Amino acid sequence: MATVFQGLGATAAITAAANPLDSNKFLLSSRRSFSGKKTSLVVVRSDGSLNLNTGSSAGARRLDKLVTNAVATKADAAAAASASKPGHELLLYEALREGLEEEMDRDNRVCVMGEDVGHYGGSYKVTRGLADKFGDLRVLDTPIAENAFTGMGIGAAMTGLRPIVEGMNMGFLLLAFNQISNNCGMLHYTSGGQFTIPIVIRGPGGVGRQLGAEHSQRLESYFQSIPGIQMVACSTPYNAKGLMKAAIRSENPVILFEHVLLYNLKERIPDEEYICNLEEAEMVRPGEHITILTYSRMRYHVMQAAKTLVNKGYDPEVIDIRSLKPFDLHTIGNSVKKTHRVLIVEECMRTGGIGASLTAAINENFIDYLDAPIVCLSSQDVPTPYAGTLEEFTIVQPAQIVTAVEQLCQ
Amino acid sequence: MASAFSATAKFAQPLPLNTTSSARSQDKLSPPALFDPFRTSSSAATSPFLGSTRQLLCKSNRPLSHRRSSSSSAVVAISDVKQKKPKSSSNLLITKEEGLELYEDMVLGRSFEDMCAQMYYRGKMFGFVHLYNGQEAVSTGFIKLLTKDDSVVSTYRDHVHALSKGVPARAVMSELFGKTTGCCRGQGGSMHMFSKEHNVLGGFAFIGEGIPVATGAAFTSKYKREVLKEPNSDHVTLAFFGDGTCNNGQFFECLNMAALWKLPIVFVVENNLWAIGMSHLRATSDPQIYKKGPAFGMPGVHVDGMDVLKVREVAKEAIGRARRGEGPTLVECETYRFRGHSLADPDELRDPAEKAHYAARDPISQLKTYMFENKLVNESELKAIDKKIDELVEEAVEFADESPVPDRSQLLENVFADPKGFGIGPDGRYRCEDPKFTQGTAQV
Repeated sequence: MATVFQGLGATAAITAAANPLDSNKFLLSSRRSFSGKKTSLVVVRSDGSLNLNTGSSAGARRLDKLVTNAVATKADAAAAASASKPGHELLLYEALREGLEEEMDRDNRVCVMGEDVGHYGGSYKVTRGLADKFGDLRVLDTPIAENAFTGMGIGAAMTGLRPIVEGMNMGFLLLAFNQISNNCGMLHYTSGGQFTIPIVIRGPGGVGRQLGAEHSQRLESYFQSIPGIQMVACSTPYNAKGLMKAAIRSENPVILFEHVLLYNLKERIPDEEYICNLEEAEMVRPGEHITILTYSRMRYHVMQAAKTLVNKGYDPEVIDIRSLKPFDLHTIGNSVKKTHRVLIVEECMRTGGIGASLTAAINENFIDYLDAPIVCLSSQDVPTPYAGTLEEFTIVQPAQIVTAVEQLCQ
Repeated sequence: MASAFSATAKFAQPLPLNTTSSARSQDKLSPPALFDPFRTSSSAATSPFLGSTRQLLCKSNRPLSHRRSSSSSAVVAISDVKQKKPKSSSNLLITKEEGLELYEDMVLGRSFEDMCAQMYYRGKMFGFVHLYNGQEAVSTGFIKLLTKDDSVVSTYRDHVHALSKGVPARAVMSELFGKTTGCCRGQGGSMHMFSKEHNVLGGFAFIGEGIPVATGAAFTSKYKREVLKEPNSDHVTLAFFGDGTCNNGQFFECLNMAALWKLPIVFVVENNLWAIGMSHLRATSDPQIYKKGPAFGMPGVHVDGMDVLKVREVAKEAIGRARRGEGPTLVECETYRFRGHSLADPDELRDPAEKAHYAARDPISQLKTYMFENKLVNESELKAIDKKIDELVEEAVEFADESPVPDRSQLLENVFADPKGFGIGPDGRYRCEDPKFTQGTAQV
């Protein structure tokens, strides 16, 4: 089901090193700070209010006013309704852990394997505390052998377990490409349907804060051609927990892409159990003028740009595609049929990325509904530089999104 | 004599895995109960391990040229035992029934592979076909000791492993012909023999990629016993692979993990000395593969892979070890393939003298000789088995010939276990609900 989520304003999460629970350490930046170098986190609650700790009051008030304007009225009603439900607040990595823990409680065949997932609690704290609760065999600390332990997860999945393999960084899973492509994706088919591989492969990827080229990779573009796997990308605590649970329950192999900079997003999520549909996209902000398709961290850049666009009088419809393989062409198609203009904003590289595939898919299916060519904003085809200024130039920034929308809507 | 598997005097013992946190703190203080490299197992007195690494290690300092003679010392051990004791059937390595079973299995493997070659040249099967002629002793020696619940993981040279494990010959032949009645519905082919019923976990085309899968199956066995508390879960997994694979990273990574967690797995190296055209000696810095086991904390054993009885003795010990929870074993079987690497290989690089040497040690002939010398069987019984197998293989070919080829409708099945994975189409319905999906013509 699509949640109307007001995931506004979070330009970037803090670096992994900071203590996520101490909100006083968050620096608040003004709207224009994405060209600056300050780390910033705007904590957004689903009831529409912003949790602003420090910073100029003028900026804070302006942001507050914009938030309510940038969201259509339908969302306000839903927000008011959700504000009355209790729910509980947590950070995205805690949401992932909650989903994981609930599934491990529910089915004792669910197990986790990866580097430092056990005693260390996971390098991004997603599995913190689970080894104490479930034991060393269910939360398995593996040696540094991605190909072998991913293959081991696949063998375990074939013989009855439901493993979750964590790549400490998605880039490390390049070492496991053999197993992911040949065995994970294809084994169900080459065995004539005899063996299922209900495995979840997850980990953080994407461009972080000056992590360097190798730790800033977007593996969704490499994995998307593998037949037999599903890929999903989470972007909010709500859909992180929901997608984690859905992926674990799915009989198909699912690769769940998380983002290094989104782990400390805070949101209020329902107390009752829920899962998100693996194949559906999420409507973030309904609109009339243009369809903006995005996923993972770029969602926040898009929503940042959306605020500017609303001020300028545009009404963008923002969809978080969530399911990177297969695409939810129903939600996307309905949007295209309404707005007739498409902008794709992604963090993948220009060549062969998710945006490239999505452009092709939309052109194939909805060419008659388009008033303008599809514009795809992707990262530059360069290895992500270490230098902060250069790194900002490689990924899409909100200003570019605003410009692209203005050009498309002429 | 002490338990045979202590290859080195000391090696680090990893911290034991626990399923509850309270157990973890206790174990830091007391040494783990299970593992003791020098403990004599209760069965040691009655079934002395004939392929002891202890014997081999004394001789392993010899240079490479003596490798054959050092390995034959393990061979000598078995025949010594046979000659020293009086010839009575109670001291033989096998009973008549076992002998017949082994013979039948090896003849089935040989006949089946010969028939594959014929069918390939007649254009009934295509692609890469890798035949197992000459190596039957390894498959039969190991797999005939397994139960139905134990698992086998193989490589692309997997027809005979599947047959030994119990997959019907007609299912394997149909799979090779690419028919729907094949064990993988024709979707796998020669290099992907799978059977859920018989726990054959493949069939892998890239060398080494099956070893982690085998490690995972062994992990499941341990998990079922320790986490799911299924008391009878002691299933053993056998991973078969060749000498070329032993230079691959996946091999070493899995040796490490299997030894670390004491997984119930046996790593069986079918060292046939050649990786297509690459001689093992040209590719490997230390060609004695069994020595790589102790480096990871597991016993490494070398055995004559052309003699099914020797292989069987080693296998009994290794599988027994795994089943008792004592951990993995690395077994190197010195064997040889009589044919080329695949049916497309002209096989010009191998020395005819080498081929003749191994042809003289044909495992089927050796077993025959043993059974005749020890008066276990007579000629007519073996001939009856030969005839039975011939008929079985002929029947398998007929069955495969008459089976239907896959329909277009089969194209999109089995890509996903849950076909919702094909996603939602523009019309809002799942693509798998499109009627054209079952016809194989839907756009996905």
